[in-house]
Amino acid sequence: MRYYTYFPGCSSSEGGAKAYGWSAKAVSKALDVELIELDDWNCCGSTPYSSVEELASFCLSARNLAMAEKRGLDLVTPCSSCYVILNRTNSHLKEYPQLKAKVDEAMAAGGLEYHGTVRVRHLLDVFVNDIGYDEINSKVKINLGGLKVAPYYGCQMVRPRPSFDHPEFPQSLDKLVASLGGEPVPFPLKSRCCGGSLIISEEALALELIAKIFDSALSNGAECLITPCPLCQTNLDAYQRRVNQKFKTNFNLPVLFFTQLMGVAFGLSDEDLGLKTCIVPAERVLAKYL
Amino acid sequence: MERRIGVYICHCGSNIAGTVDCEKVTEFARGLDSVVVARDYKYMCSDPGQNLIKDDIKEHGLNRVVVASCSPRMHEPTFRHACQDAGLNQYLFEMANIREHCSWVHEDKGMATEKAKALVNAAVRRVYYHEPLETKEVPVNPNVLVVGGGIAGIQAALEVADSGHQVYLVEKDPSIGGHMAMFDKTFPTLDCAACILTPKMTTIGQHPYIQLMTCSEVEDVSGYVGNFKVKIRKRAKYIDEDKCTGCGQCQELCPISVPSEFDCGLGKRKAIYIPFPYAVPNKAVIDPVKCSHLKGLAEGKDVCRICEKGIEKKGLPGCEADAIDFKQKDEIVEVEVGNIIVATGFQQFDPSVIYQYGYGRYDNVFTGLEFERMSNASGPTNGEVLLADGRKPESIAILHCVGSRDENYHKYCSRVCCMYSLKYSHLLREKVPEAAAYQLYIDMRCAGSGYEEFYERLQEEGVNFVRGRAGEITNIAERPEEEGKLIVICEDTLVRRKRRIPVDMVIMSCALEPRADADQIAKTFSLSRKADGFFLEKHPKLDPVATMTDGVFVVGCCQSPKDIPDTVAQASAAACRALAMISKGKVEIEAAIAVVDEELCAGCKICVDLCPYKAISFDEEKKVSHINEAVCKGCGVCVAACPSGAISGRHFTTEQIMAEIEGVLV
Amino acid sequence: MEKRTRADTFIEEISAIPGGEGIRLCIQCGTCTASCPNADRMDHTPSQLIAMARAGMKEEVLSSNAMWHCLSCYLCTVRCPRGIKQTDLMHALECLAVREGSSSGRTLTPAMYRSFNDFVYSLGSLPEFGFMTWFYMLTNPLRAFRMIPVALSLLRHGRLSIKARRLTPEGTNQLKAILDKAESLGGAS
Repeated sequence: MRYYTYFPGCSSSEGGAKAYGWSAKAVSKALDVELIELDDWNCCGSTPYSSVEELASFCLSARNLAMAEKRGLDLVTPCSSCYVILNRTNSHLKEYPQLKAKVDEAMAAGGLEYHGTVRVRHLLDVFVNDIGYDEINSKVKINLGGLKVAPYYGCQMVRPRPSFDHPEFPQSLDKLVASLGGEPVPFPLKSRCCGGSLIISEEALALELIAKIFDSALSNGAECLITPCPLCQTNLDAYQRRVNQKFKTNFNLPVLFFTQLMGVAFGLSDEDLGLKTCIVPAERVLAKYL
Repeated sequence: MERRIGVYICHCGSNIAGTVDCEKVTEFARGLDSVVVARDYKYMCSDPGQNLIKDDIKEHGLNRVVVASCSPRMHEPTFRHACQDAGLNQYLFEMANIREHCSWVHEDKGMATEKAKALVNAAVRRVYYHEPLETKEVPVNPNVLVVGGGIAGIQAALEVADSGHQVYLVEKDPSIGGHMAMFDKTFPTLDCAACILTPKMTTIGQHPYIQLMTCSEVEDVSGYVGNFKVKIRKRAKYIDEDKCTGCGQCQELCPISVPSEFDCGLGKRKAIYIPFPYAVPNKAVIDPVKCSHLKGLAEGKDVCRICEKGIEKKGLPGCEADAIDFKQKDEIVEVEVGNIIVATGFQQFDPSVIYQYGYGRYDNVFTGLEFERMSNASGPTNGEVLLADGRKPESIAILHCVGSRDENYHKYCSRVCCMYSLKYSHLLREKVPEAAAYQLYIDMRCAGSGYEEFYERLQEEGVNFVRGRAGEITNIAERPEEEGKLIVICEDTLVRRKRRIPVDMVIMSCALEPRADADQIAKTFSLSRKADGFFLEKHPKLDPVATMTDGVFVVGCCQSPKDIPDTVAQASAAACRALAMISKGKVEIEAAIAVVDEELCAGCKICVDLCPYKAISFDEEKKVSHINEAVCKGCGVCVAACPSGAISGRHFTTEQIMAEIEGVLV
Repeated sequence: MEKRTRADTFIEEISAIPGGEGIRLCIQCGTCTASCPNADRMDHTPSQLIAMARAGMKEEVLSSNAMWHCLSCYLCTVRCPRGIKQTDLMHALECLAVREGSSSGRTLTPAMYRSFNDFVYSLGSLPEFGFMTWFYMLTNPLRAFRMIPVALSLLRHGRLSIKARRLTPEGTNQLKAILDKAESLGGAS
């Protein structure tokens, strides 16, 4: 049994990506991974805070890290944005002593101290590197029989350096798909941005980026996509119809969380994986496995 | 004997005086034990400065001298000679470094002055215990070893050999010529590389004073300046070079075809091959890794041998000179030389690690060397610029700074890429005049004779210069005119717009980087490597060919990326230094070395293996260690290690060192 | 006595924010712009912003819409040959723009970010529905109508929680104390 402190992030816990949280827990259980949720964690602040109040942004992360430090385990998050923000705080506190002094002072106002010892991990990193592809493969009950899955990494899980995979040509999700019996469909835009939170304020731009991603995945033969980021999943799934409206395309690609695909291959139940929350229906493509 | 010490504090202009109060230090020195005279002066290393010392030695009968100034690495020889000139043994001199160790690294004037005083105190106490020592002279072997047969090694070898001294030229590949032999035309004159190089190569091949060994590598070097013993491995070529006429019949017959290294993999060669048409030596060589007969021998099989036997059915004879010898073995050759010139060159950066440029993924993305071979009339496409599918390109982009000026790969600028990129544009305009040529640059570095003029010429020839480094190369078209093309995405920083430039072919001007075996070369020749990986010269400005190992020189791109004119100049410089030593006939060996007191030596042999210069041997008869005075560098390892205290370091005795330490602490 | 130019002071302000110190190292190669998915929508390219900042054009830089178009995709950061943390630099400019009160009105992004932050400050967590609604109300209620189909499909698929996650009272107070102190300390510089 492996133990990790779990930081779900707002989207994957009670937000629009709650199915990610459900499937993450279900799959972790199947892999003998215990995710112990951090008590009373606060939002990481994501891009909005880091763009407007930079000191506050570091403090938001520092509070979570300080609380996690008490337990002494790695802090694991399924959300790429939380991952990049928490990691950034860790590395900046080491690199910029002036920043550390201010963060320490602010934290003291809340009675907290952070000593920089927590390692922040992405859930995918834990699965593929701590557990390993062989172990994952051994839990597969339903071989995905060559299902063409396009692994869409998004940007913040693999960049900036250092990360656990290549910043422009990552392979971890591809290998994961292969270990589940699927056929990974590499496509050139697999680690390009989906538009992120700018889908709210600059919808046209984000839709254009999403359209390009679908085009690239589809033209390489994808039947569905998987992703390790709740914001990417929402953008690609919930806005797929708007993309079709705007660009007169007819994309019909289910977009799953990678944990959902793992759960299907492990033979876990529908409810545990939250497949019904997919707006572009996943059943069409996954029916034969369920 | 009474010590009469003279102390001289140098201002070094404002280098020292700007931070250290030299007058105060002089006054302090005046008050020290045994100090008879103390002066300060603006530039001690100058003639008047040195004369102060010489005059004082005579007038005040000084028998010890201390100069507090810069690093001994700068001027210890200067002041030692000044003492010697005035009749005082040069080892009765000590230097205190109050510049690099004091004024240049501190800001607080008060504290820097106190530190300078401490350093002077230490030097004065130490010099008290100095004893006169004599340097030794050893003869210099007039032979010279040149490692590497590119233009650098070729130039150095010719310079030395033309003076009538024996040169051993060792080259790893089957032919000399190096990278220059691969080039098409050279900038800025557009001379054909082969045309200007082959005369020199031919001279090497025929020179009575050059022993050329190709397919050879230096395995071991021992000895010291003027007296090196070198072990060279001549790899088996499986060809009797005395018999081979270079007719090329064997390579016609050979059934094994493999990618040619000389053609950067764009063309093929056979398992038995002549490296290129103008190779020197122009003889065949067999690649044991690819030859099916040689591979078969390892499994006890006897296959092929078509090169030897010919193909009877087709009436094609095998080697008519009977030059093929599959039984040939590697040969170890031992030579003795006085100087070694290392000219091992560079390798081209492999851009496949830059994923976003698509080298190795897209068909028509080439490195600079690949393009040289394509453009070369004797290359795989007979000099035609062609795409992978055989068509002529309609547009080409040349990318500068691939792997250079990049924190992620090499921080340095490779110096020659701007110029050869311009050359490529010219060649493209010549060979495919209808094609559009784009050059994507950050800066245009054209510092050299005729270089800026060459840039202007290219502007006139109609090349599209875009000031912007390529961000990525993609084949995903967004507009009709991009279909089927490679699209180079950059910012045109002069118009401040992102640009997508669709082209058929991309040429990348890749960095020049240290060779993969540089570590091994460094170990063999006792060279150090700089942070960028190239070999360390003795002084970056004033001594760019010598190294910290006396008698070993580095020339050409193995020392730092440079163009052909600079390489040739550097090679000539190293040859000159070697010849100067040969002409003198002897070299002075430093006297500050270790010495074994045979009475105290217990014969434990601990020192023998510890010596990093292999200078200690064990005398089995006397059962004591013996130190070779010429090889010993005075590093002190044996002095510290000897459990009996039998070894002492001349000029670094315990007394002297303790006095120095006390001087700093008191 | 050294005379500080306007450019010097502006560069110092930027350099004081973590990641901003890279601004001095830029060689204007344009790789960041070339890598940016959004560069065409910016009024000044990312590298142009740096050049303008170094020329002391503070008002123009801080009122630019460029940094507000940054997606934080970090492609510029991993490709920059000088190792400049360009994304962090964009964030630094956004923070300075907000501090100086010149965050651009030409894009809705600053308003969106501030709406987000207000919720996180008060609740410690982000209620997606509440945040989106508030944002549309603040900026352009009419746009909200266009989003109704998306909102409805999210609701139908059980992805829209009206209820917001909150921290415990102690947690909320602790977070507020920390954030208030952070605000009083000024920026990260």
